[in-house]
Amino acid sequence: MELFLQSIVNGLIQGGFFALFAVGLVLIFGVMGVVNFAHGELVMVGAYTIWLLHAQHGLAFIPAIAVAIILVTIIGLLMERFLFRPTRDDPLAGLICSIGVLFILQVVATLVGGEGPSKQVPPPFHGTLILFDYLRIPYQRIFSLVVSVAALSTLWYFLTRTKLGWALRAVALDREAAALQGININRISMIAIGVGAGLAGLAGALMAPLTNINPHMGHNVLITAFIVTIVGGIGSLSGAVLAAVLYALFHTFITVYFGGTVATICGLILMVVVLIIKPTGIMGVRVSE
Amino acid sequence: MNSTVKKIIGGIIILIALLALPHFLKFHHQDLLIFLTINVLVVTSYRIVTLTGEWSLIHAVMMGVGGYTATLLFKNYDLGMWFTLPLAGGVAAVVAALLSFPLFRMTQFYFLIGSFAAGEAIRLIWIQYIYPFGGTGGLSGIEPPIIGSIDFIEAIPYYYLALTVVFFCLFILYRIENSRIGLILHAVHWKAPLAESVGVDTWRYRALAFIVGSFFVGIAGALKVHYLGTITPNQYGVGFMVFILIWVIIGGYNKFYGPIIGVIVLTLFDESIRGFAEIRPAIYGVVLILSILFLPLGLESVPAKLKAWFGIGSGPSEPSLTDK
Repeated sequence: MELFLQSIVNGLIQGGFFALFAVGLVLIFGVMGVVNFAHGELVMVGAYTIWLLHAQHGLAFIPAIAVAIILVTIIGLLMERFLFRPTRDDPLAGLICSIGVLFILQVVATLVGGEGPSKQVPPPFHGTLILFDYLRIPYQRIFSLVVSVAALSTLWYFLTRTKLGWALRAVALDREAAALQGININRISMIAIGVGAGLAGLAGALMAPLTNINPHMGHNVLITAFIVTIVGGIGSLSGAVLAAVLYALFHTFITVYFGGTVATICGLILMVVVLIIKPTGIMGVRVSE
Repeated sequence: MNSTVKKIIGGIIILIALLALPHFLKFHHQDLLIFLTINVLVVTSYRIVTLTGEWSLIHAVMMGVGGYTATLLFKNYDLGMWFTLPLAGGVAAVVAALLSFPLFRMTQFYFLIGSFAAGEAIRLIWIQYIYPFGGTGGLSGIEPPIIGSIDFIEAIPYYYLALTVVFFCLFILYRIENSRIGLILHAVHWKAPLAESVGVDTWRYRALAFIVGSFFVGIAGALKVHYLGTITPNQYGVGFMVFILIWVIIGGYNKFYGPIIGVIVLTLFDESIRGFAEIRPAIYGVVLILSILFLPLGLESVPAKLKAWFGIGSGPSEPSLTDK
């Protein structure tokens, strides 16, 4: 029972991270029609920024997070302007370009951090919250969860309550119709990838003290983001958040009882099953082509 | 001289060059030549999958399926390479046939992601189940055949062996593409609804292309493992799949020989930047992006572009319909 409750808590916190980077992938795919294979690397860059600035050079944790978000957002904006915009008519070309970015970012990370063992960042928040005598939650994880929820709520507010957010959703639904309404597609694409990349940077920054940082950490991030995106329904942000939390619980429980590799295998099989039975995902939103 | 004679003479020259080539190379380059020969089969078999317009991300794993099949047959049942080659292809084809039921219910983006997921799942199974797959460390001790006094563990004999097998497979793939089936595959890509309306079962032909491609890449996997002697799950991961994509796309996927040009040119390029080991992937990334932005039809389109460029540059010659 203790293990069960502890796993639920860990799963929920994990779900926060999953949601942050999966939502970014959904935004970029929804608005621009590009599968961003470098999304995991954006998370990796966020984590590296924390390692470099906070762990190596002693910058405080919160400002370091801000730098990570800004840096990754800039990388995202450059990708939009110089890669995705010229190849907009050909989704495959955008995908291949993002694979090119993936290679470049991995090498940059290797050059900055050097080869060798994975980097660790000592948690800036010490101590553990103990509930009901046996439930142990480190403050570091509570901080991550709070920030994740706050970021996702802000995004939700932006998309549903502001004019710009409506414009963004309009472009995701039907690009041409949106353009005919006078919505500037280039500007909306910049905003979508800016927000998506910024969230990836935030996810990387928050994960940094809780995970092993290495140039290839983006691989598992990408697989997780794919699973969450597909299960939640491509193009559905609320679906992605719900799927992130459910998949995190699913993954945590299988990891506890059968190990991490089996958990990922089960996740991938789950994804294929969802693709077969209900390709629109659990929220059932259709994306226009 | 008519074009058939020209083609035959050209073919003979290429053949002689390919047969003579390893004798002028250092040992390290002979190794490379063998892997290049095998990779030619990998990209050509991938092309047949992409003919229907579906870009799968499972091709590298299918090569691994062939490799593991050959390894397990060799180690557990003592079967020689003459049996493991076709059986590796066969098992890869059967796996592809089974996967085609779920995978080809999807198209485009969904198929891309679905095939990626299925491939990763297979690869993780190799990692998870140490018996019989050997886990992350993989398996080793696979040997090439010995016929009489020829030991194929040597690079040059094995190169000739691989060259023969690859040539044979390329010939079959070429015939398939230029047969009625090949035409239907093109039709499924460009005009799927029209093809369906005249009675073509597009699902069946998508699956067929996938199964045929997997069969031949399975053979490539067996060829590789018998020379290399070891197999690990990471050899057939996303990294290798990305290289297959790069070779095919940079070479150009509209013509049969496009991917072959891509793999040859990029292997030479790769060798020339060997000194920059650490930043090599980044150089690849830059080349990949530049070629997508500036050469979207691939290297295969360069001669036509040059011709057009010189045609304009050489004076006021108007392009006419009779120009060949």
